[in-house]
Amino acid sequence: MSDRSQTLAKVLELIEPFNKKGVAVSESTRFAQDLEWDSLTVLDFVANIEDEFDVIISMNMQAEIETVGQLVDALEKLKA
Amino acid sequence: MTDLFSKFDPLIEQREALLKTGLTDPFNLVMEKVESPTVAVCNGKRTILLGTYNYMGMTFDPDVIAAGKEALDEFGSGTTGSRVLNGTYGGHKAVEQALKDFYAMDHAMVFSTGYQANLGVISTIAGKDDYIILDIDSHASIYDGCAMGNAQIVPFRHNDIEALEKRLKRVPEGAGKLVVLEGVYSMLGDIAPLKEMVAVSKANGAMVLVDEAHSMGFIGEHGRGVAEAQGTIDDVDFIIGTFSKSVGTVGGFCVSNHPKFEILRLVCRPYVFTASLPPSVVATAATSIRKLMDSADKRAHLWENSKRLHQGLRQLGFQLGTDEPQSAIIAVIMPDLEKGATMWEALLNEGLYVNLARPPATPAGMTLLRCSLCALHSEDQVGEILGMFAAAGRATGCIS
Repeated sequence: MSDRSQTLAKVLELIEPFNKKGVAVSESTRFAQDLEWDSLTVLDFVANIEDEFDVIISMNMQAEIETVGQLVDALEKLKA
Repeated sequence: MTDLFSKFDPLIEQREALLKTGLTDPFNLVMEKVESPTVAVCNGKRTILLGTYNYMGMTFDPDVIAAGKEALDEFGSGTTGSRVLNGTYGGHKAVEQALKDFYAMDHAMVFSTGYQANLGVISTIAGKDDYIILDIDSHASIYDGCAMGNAQIVPFRHNDIEALEKRLKRVPEGAGKLVVLEGVYSMLGDIAPLKEMVAVSKANGAMVLVDEAHSMGFIGEHGRGVAEAQGTIDDVDFIIGTFSKSVGTVGGFCVSNHPKFEILRLVCRPYVFTASLPPSVVATAATSIRKLMDSADKRAHLWENSKRLHQGLRQLGFQLGTDEPQSAIIAVIMPDLEKGATMWEALLNEGLYVNLARPPATPAGMTLLRCSLCALHSEDQVGEILGMFAAAGRATGCIS
């Protein structure tokens, strides 16, 4: 498995506990519109991502991230 | 043409649906007469005020009013100018001196509102490539200060010391760090573990700004706030405060011991590009601040009031924002906006005003009836207030 697909697998795993609606998640799934997350859910999810990858995802960066795929790309950049 | 207002449609609809039920608009109340810090006339009815932030009841203090009238006579109704041009009068320097004396700090800078103080200081000192680490439940003025600047914004879970520490440790080496906290969080009335949070921030090389808007004059031995009460005020770099709560007028400020602090007067846009406070306002503020230094008895009475109301509301069966009273704010948690608005109106009909607070101002989508006590509420008034809560709560089915 490539680095990117490993990152994607981990992100999908971390999404599941917050995927209350049981949405089928892919790279094009949007956090706000499709998963319908509120700001507190986002905070908890981002905290888990930050802990897992040992990075900071500031609100400025979050504003640019709409989909699961974009988050994976951002993480790949942050880890590099 | 796209109507730019169509984005407000969901809110317009929610509001119309609520008002269609015949409820009084909770965000459109008029105080027709104000008799004292604790009593006003609303809709022709004498109403006890329990949602004013007028913690120390200074708005009708005779010395404060006399100082304002004198300044109005001697210096006129307004300055018509920026602090850095023609808008600094003797009174502005005098109120800054009063603040320096009150906080025992080297520098004080007065803004036209508390909102502008946060907006100005935060947006100015944290620049591009710096990091602002802030509590997720921070006040709108803090978030707006973040949005106005260019720093990276990193929120952490409310009052979570470990979450703060983790984020501090992940900030890239060499980047500037500003931690923004509040002494009292105004929605639920809970306080921050400042001692631990300031220590963690300092250990990781961050500067610390604490907004003490809701604690000034009341919490701490000298009324300097939660940082004073927890013995950590000497390690706080910037304290933000307001004149619109315990001080009893309008205006905002920042106090600090930073040796280069005064340069902010030239680079802080919300300080420079707005008119300064009217002479009467700074005169009332200076007089009030000096009287607050010496108000230990009033502080003690305000604590008594807060404890009694908190305990009484709990006994009636209301769900409150904190298990113990931590400040002069007591938040009653309502199940939803409709029930909250109904209860708010029932209280108003009983003759009691409280704040109805709802998202996005509140955390976790809560609807709150927020009560803030005043040192001038008498024991009898607190008893009356509890009676009104009991009657309105039963009439609306909020309690059994």
